[in-house]
Amino acid sequence: MTSYDSLFYVFAAVTIIPAIVTVFHPNILYAALSLFGSFFGVAGIYVLLGADFIAATQVLIYVGGILVLILFAVMLSKNIYGMTFQDEKKKKILPTLFGILLLGFLIKLITTVHWNTTLSEEGPLPTTAALGNLLLTEYLLPFELASVLLLAALIGAIILARSK
Amino acid sequence: MVPLILLVGRYLRPANPDPKKLSTYECGELPKGNSWVQFNLRFYVIAILFLIFDVEIAFMFPVAVTFRQWVTSSQAKGVLIFSEIILFIAILLIGFVYAWTKGDFEWIKGLQKKQIDPRFRGDDLK
Amino acid sequence: MTSLPEFLKELFESWPLLGILPVWFYSIVAIFGLLFLFLFPFAGVAVYVERKIAGDIQARIGPNVVGPYGILQWIADALKLLLKEDIIPTNADKKLFILSPMLIFISGACAYAVIPFADNVILANLNIGIFYLLAITSMVTLGLILGGWASNNKWSLLGGLRAAAQVVSYEIPVALSILTVVLVTGTLDMAQIVKMQGPFYWNIFHNPFLFISACIYYIAALAEANRTPFDIPEADSELVSGYNTEYSGMRFAIFFLIEYAECFIICAVATTLFLGGWHLPFFDLSSLTLGLRIPLQIMVFMTKSILLLLTMMWIRWTLPRYRVDQLMKLCWEVFVPFSFACLIGTAFWMVLFKGKGIPELILGLFVS
Repeated sequence: MTSYDSLFYVFAAVTIIPAIVTVFHPNILYAALSLFGSFFGVAGIYVLLGADFIAATQVLIYVGGILVLILFAVMLSKNIYGMTFQDEKKKKILPTLFGILLLGFLIKLITTVHWNTTLSEEGPLPTTAALGNLLLTEYLLPFELASVLLLAALIGAIILARSK
Repeated sequence: MVPLILLVGRYLRPANPDPKKLSTYECGELPKGNSWVQFNLRFYVIAILFLIFDVEIAFMFPVAVTFRQWVTSSQAKGVLIFSEIILFIAILLIGFVYAWTKGDFEWIKGLQKKQIDPRFRGDDLK
Repeated sequence: MTSLPEFLKELFESWPLLGILPVWFYSIVAIFGLLFLFLFPFAGVAVYVERKIAGDIQARIGPNVVGPYGILQWIADALKLLLKEDIIPTNADKKLFILSPMLIFISGACAYAVIPFADNVILANLNIGIFYLLAITSMVTLGLILGGWASNNKWSLLGGLRAAAQVVSYEIPVALSILTVVLVTGTLDMAQIVKMQGPFYWNIFHNPFLFISACIYYIAALAEANRTPFDIPEADSELVSGYNTEYSGMRFAIFFLIEYAECFIICAVATTLFLGGWHLPFFDLSSLTLGLRIPLQIMVFMTKSILLLLTMMWIRWTLPRYRVDQLMKLCWEVFVPFSFACLIGTAFWMVLFKGKGIPELILGLFVS
C-alpha cells in the first residue's frame, strides 16, 4: 500500500466518522459541528485527486458558508436542545426500506461506473484555467443557468424570510 | 506534489505550558435567565446572502483566470468573454437590487439593535 | 518557480550532511522557522509598536518601563499571559471552548503558507494561492461562532454571532477585489502575480478601477479582521458583549496574536496583489547575486507591508467606531456595489486596451 493509498484511507476516515457522528449524536450542535470534519475530509480527497480548485471551493463554500448557516440556525433556535429525534417504533419501517433501496442503488452505481481514482503520471496539473475555459465554451449554458438558479435561491430565501 | 503541501500545511498547536492551579468554580458571569437568545432573522438572511454571492464568486474565479488569455488573444474573443461575464453578473445583480429595494439591507442590524441595546434608541434619526 | 523548501534543498545540496535530507524535512524546518522566528515575535513587536503609536497619537508616551523605551514590554506581556491561570467557566462547553481558539489559530497560521516574501521564498507555491487564502480565512467565522457559544454566556453568544455576521458580510467585497486582480493577472499563483508586476507595472496603477479596488480591499479586509473603525465585536469599551470575555491566559493570547497575524496577512496580501510584492520600482533585482537579492527583496516586501500595517494602526487610533447597523449597511450598500462596478470596469478596460495597463500604455507612447 503506497503512501497515496494510506493518505486516501485517512481522508476517508475523516469524512465518514464525523458523518456517522452527525447522524447519531443526540446533541444537535455537535452533530452540526462534526460536519466540519466531514467537509474537510472531502476537501482532502479532492486534493488527492488533483482537483485543487475544487478542494478550495469546497472549504470556502461548505465550511465558510453552509456550516455557518447551519450553526446560525441551530444557535438561534430556542429550545432546540430539548428536542430529541427519536421517532416511535412504527415510523421506522418505511424509512428503513427507503434507506436500503438507496444503499442498493449507490452500491450498484459505485461498482459499475469506472471512476478515475489515481492521479495521472505527471502528477497534479493546475485545473483552474482548464475549468475556466470549459465553463466559457462547452458548458456556457450551465454556467449562465447557474446564475439564474442562484437568483431564484436568493429571491426565494428573501421571500421566505419576510413572510415570517 | 504542490497541492499536497496544502495539507502538510501548518497544523501546529503551540505547546501550552499551563502551570494549572486548581481551577476556581465561580468564574463565569451569572446570567439572569437561561441562556437562549431571541431568534433574529437578520443573521440568517445575511448568511444566505453571503452564501449566494460566495457561490457566484467561486464560479467567477476560473472564468477570471482565463479572462486575460482570452482578451489578449483577439478582440472578438475579448468581447465574447466580456459579454458572458456581464450576463452572469447582471442576473445576480437583479437579485441584489431586489434585496436592496425591498429593504433587506436597510434595517439589517437596526432592528436587532433596538431589541438588545436600549441605549441606542434615540439614534435612529433616519 | 519553486517554493522555499525546495529552494532550501537545492541550496544545501552540496553540503555533506544536509544534502541527503528529503524535501519534507526542509518543509517542516521552514514551517517551524516561519512560525516561531517570524510570526510570534512579529505579533509581539506589532503589539508594542501599536501601543507606542497609540500613545503618540493620544499625546502620551506609551509603555516605557520595561527595557529601554519599553522595548521588552511585549515579552513581559507574553510571559504574563502564558503564566496566567487557565480558567474554563463551569457551564461552558469545554470541548468547544478549547476548539475555538485552535481553529482560529490554524486558519491564521495556514494563511502564511502562501505569502511570497521574495523570489522563491514562499512556503508553498500553490497553483491556487490566493483562492486558498480566501478559503482558509473563511474558517475564522466558524471559530468566532464557537468562541461566542462556548462561553455559555448570552452576551458572548450574541457578540460572537454579530462578529461572524460582520466577517461574513465583508468577505464579499474582499473576494470581489481579489477577483478584479485575478482578471488582470490571469493566474491565482501568488508568486506568479508578483512576477507579473515587473519593475513598475504595479497592479494598483493598472487602471483607475483597480485603484478603487485596492482601497476597497484594504478597508473591507480591515472590517473582516474586526479591527479599527469596525471593531464593535471586541471593542474595549463594550467588552461585556464581546465573544472573548471568558477567555484568559494562553487562549486569550492566541486570539490576540492571531488578530495581529491577520492584520499582517492583509497587508502582505495587499502588497502582493496591488503594490508589486518584492519589486523595487525601476530596478531589476534579478540581475543581482543570490545572497544580495533575496534579503533585498524580503526587505522591500516587508517595508511595503509594514507601511500598510502602520497605516492600519494609525486608522485605528484616529477614527471613531461604527455602529453595527451602520457597518452592515456600509458593506452591503456601498462596498458591494462599488466592488461590482470595479469588476465590470476592469473587465471593460481590459477588453478595450487588450490587457494593457496605464504604465504600459504610457511606455508604449514613448517607445513607438
